[in-house]
Amino acid sequence: MKRDDTLDDAGRRRFLVAGTLLVSFTLVPEKYTVAQTTTEAGSFKASVPTLPGSLKIAPMLDAWIRIDEHGHVTVCTGKAELGTGIRTAFLQIAAEQLDITPASITLITADTGATPNEGYTAGSHSTADSGTAIFNAAGQVRALLVQAAAARLGADAATLTIQAGAIVTADGRRVTYGEAVSAANLHQAAQPGMPLKDPKSFTIIGQSMQRVDIPGKVTGGKSYVQDMRPLGMVHARVVRPPSYGAVLVDIDTHRVEAMPGVIKVVRDGSYLAVVADDEWRAILAMRELSAAAKWHEGPQLPDPATIHETLMKLPAQEIPVANQVAPAAPAVRTLHVRYTKPYLTHGSIGPSCAVALFENRHLTVWTHTQGVYPLRGGLAEMLSLPLDNVRCIHVEGAGCYGHNGADDVAADAALIARAMPGRPVRVQWMREQEHTWEPFGPAMTTDVAASFDASGKIVDWKYQLWSNTHNNRIDNAGRLMPTWALAKPFTPAPPKTIPMPEGGGDRNSIPLYRVPNLWVQHHFLPEMPIRVSAMRSLGAYLNVFSIESMMDELALAAHADPVEFRLRHLDDPRGRDVIELAASRFGWQAGARPKAGHGVGFAFAQYKNLMAYFATAMEVSVERETGHVQIERVVAVVDCGQIVNPDGVRNQIEGGIVQSSSWTLFEQTTFDTQRITSYDWGTYPIMRFTSMPRSIEVHLIDRPGKPFLGVGEAAQGPTAAVLANAIANATGIRLRDLPLAGARLKAALSA
Amino acid sequence: MITLTVNGVRHTLDVDPSTPLLYTLRNQLQLNGPKFGCGLGQCGACTVIVGDQPVFSCLFPVVAVGERPVRTIEGLGTVENPGVLQRAFINQQAAQCGYCISGMVMRAQALLEQVPTPSDEQIRAHMSPNLCRCGTHMRIVAAIREASHANATARPGATQ
Repeated sequence: MKRDDTLDDAGRRRFLVAGTLLVSFTLVPEKYTVAQTTTEAGSFKASVPTLPGSLKIAPMLDAWIRIDEHGHVTVCTGKAELGTGIRTAFLQIAAEQLDITPASITLITADTGATPNEGYTAGSHSTADSGTAIFNAAGQVRALLVQAAAARLGADAATLTIQAGAIVTADGRRVTYGEAVSAANLHQAAQPGMPLKDPKSFTIIGQSMQRVDIPGKVTGGKSYVQDMRPLGMVHARVVRPPSYGAVLVDIDTHRVEAMPGVIKVVRDGSYLAVVADDEWRAILAMRELSAAAKWHEGPQLPDPATIHETLMKLPAQEIPVANQVAPAAPAVRTLHVRYTKPYLTHGSIGPSCAVALFENRHLTVWTHTQGVYPLRGGLAEMLSLPLDNVRCIHVEGAGCYGHNGADDVAADAALIARAMPGRPVRVQWMREQEHTWEPFGPAMTTDVAASFDASGKIVDWKYQLWSNTHNNRIDNAGRLMPTWALAKPFTPAPPKTIPMPEGGGDRNSIPLYRVPNLWVQHHFLPEMPIRVSAMRSLGAYLNVFSIESMMDELALAAHADPVEFRLRHLDDPRGRDVIELAASRFGWQAGARPKAGHGVGFAFAQYKNLMAYFATAMEVSVERETGHVQIERVVAVVDCGQIVNPDGVRNQIEGGIVQSSSWTLFEQTTFDTQRITSYDWGTYPIMRFTSMPRSIEVHLIDRPGKPFLGVGEAAQGPTAAVLANAIANATGIRLRDLPLAGARLKAALSA
Repeated sequence: MITLTVNGVRHTLDVDPSTPLLYTLRNQLQLNGPKFGCGLGQCGACTVIVGDQPVFSCLFPVVAVGERPVRTIEGLGTVENPGVLQRAFINQQAAQCGYCISGMVMRAQALLEQVPTPSDEQIRAHMSPNLCRCGTHMRIVAAIREASHANATARPGATQ
């Protein structure tokens, strides 16, 4: 997305390199180019494009901030708490601007009946979009309240101060927010360019605040949609087909219907579910129903051994990402290699769950979706209901890390609730359903050819990537997987890319480094043999892995130190700052040899070339006999602009490092020519405590007054690269196919 | 009828004896702490303490509990008055989505009752049956370490 408030000059220059965006500028009449933005969070028409953050799309102040006659403040956000801590950060932002305590504020998150439509909570956008909107709306509300109080007190607004939700004159006369709001009109649009508090005066933003949700989560509070128990609730389970496209040919439901507690078997074409008065009884009935079902298997899947070749041969939509030619010294050496990533599983610890109530042709769904509004659209189409008859309310689930089963299970709950009018229906998927039916992170291939001159400067960089979509979200009912099995099935909307500069598969495909001759091409593959969609950081994971692996390969070939080699090619001062600080805190020494079996590595990226800057150094040890990689030490530095909650940033970055280490070392969604075969944690192993890093240090560079840049996905790509670089340093073996550890590394070591 | 003592309270329940303990705790007793994660004993989200052992309640038939007391995270403390380990998890901010945390806390509790001041290696080995997908491992270990120090300082050699 192009946002004036988040692009510095370097970002603006890179943005102009991105070919797709230039194309969109030429195809769309000029007056619309600023009004329409497409990001991972969705496509939006900006009604006031000059306003910051999501105020562009929802400019009314009282869409964000409401104050009642008692002075109680309610803040609304269209974003959802996905376990990243945004609830706490938004409270801090509003409290700072309104000069009240975070604890005194009620925060309402994504709810189609109550909050602005901010699309998806995705792409590290929450603080940049919604946080910025709340920041500015709260600041303007505060100014309106002071103005109203000044009129009432007959005082000059500039002489008034705010103390604990009251506006006070120098001689001690006061008007509370509750009193002031009666004379202030909050139902008005925010104004561009309004003055805000000086960041130097911040006392809440920039301070670590304990997350407001954690006490409930560690004491057995009702924290998740899984914990909802509305009066009269029944439990349902679904029976999924054995493979994509399988058709139900025969089933005798009598035995299941006679089981204790069973209320109903729901069948619609090949769609099967069972409703019971008790959760365990529903599970027993689901097993019986599954055993009774006879299926005709769906079409074959590709051979997993040659999946990358198969994907690369699919018809491609060609997207030129960058094409730049400039004079340069002659090349003395060219490296040309390929990198691959397998399909990856989001792997929420809590299988997807939803509660739905269908009553008088109105549907209410409590859901851990990332996008209540798009989900509402999909559900309304699925049930042929007017939009106004469907309400989606976000309730937390387990962390999703992208588009997992959340929307699909909401569709399950809606379909089953329609068959059970007046009864709240709770559906939770089983582990094997989550593992085999979620939309996976796409398999990808990149191809890089890069050359340097006699002075060790990169003169030419040619980069291609092949990828399915990373954006298969709920554009229509057909994107909801349960609808495929219905007697009248729905067809998924055709896959679309996310345009640069945010990008989808091509996210972070343009190196941030100075490269005179640059060509980047995205071979977008609309046809997907395996269902895929958004997974934390999208294409940036493999693109940053590829670019930052290549930078190390080039440095090695040019006999240069990897850190110095990066700095040699980088102009962006904030990028240089994180690299230099990471090297210094790690104690990086050019040319130093770690002890036997150990290796060190380095990596850097700015997420999307627009958001948080992240640099990391790592030490690993490698067990040659087994291919086991132990992460001995990680040092990371992040610059995400103005920091709201420093400990919240650290928590996200630490988690990103550990999760990406797990993806990179261990993970691969497996399948045979009929079905997904990684159906549980035994067949899809992830990092356990025994293989966790021994130490992670996260250092923050705060930029008071700079835009919020978001932090949730910044670590994913660089962590993959730093692992490969450290393993190469330890073993002399360069691994270019993910995952890195275990059998693959063992085989390479014994080759 | 099954009798079950959970967090010090005795219940008589009309459930099928083969029902996994998890469902009885969540549905008949309306406890939120123990979570369904896999139903296979592979992730530990459902971990509770039976007697003095951490168990996967998703696999543990309710009839197999017998006379042994069952403890869930609700038994360790409340928001107003959290237990030592709960307080340590709050102090360390050892959660992201938090779905795994109840199981983490209960497995750690069982360790600290038997080994009040475990080494980091002991903590990692003991905690390995439980999965966290958000990558909160560093903080979870730090919280367990903090609680072990608190135990050691408060009552040397004693368990809570």
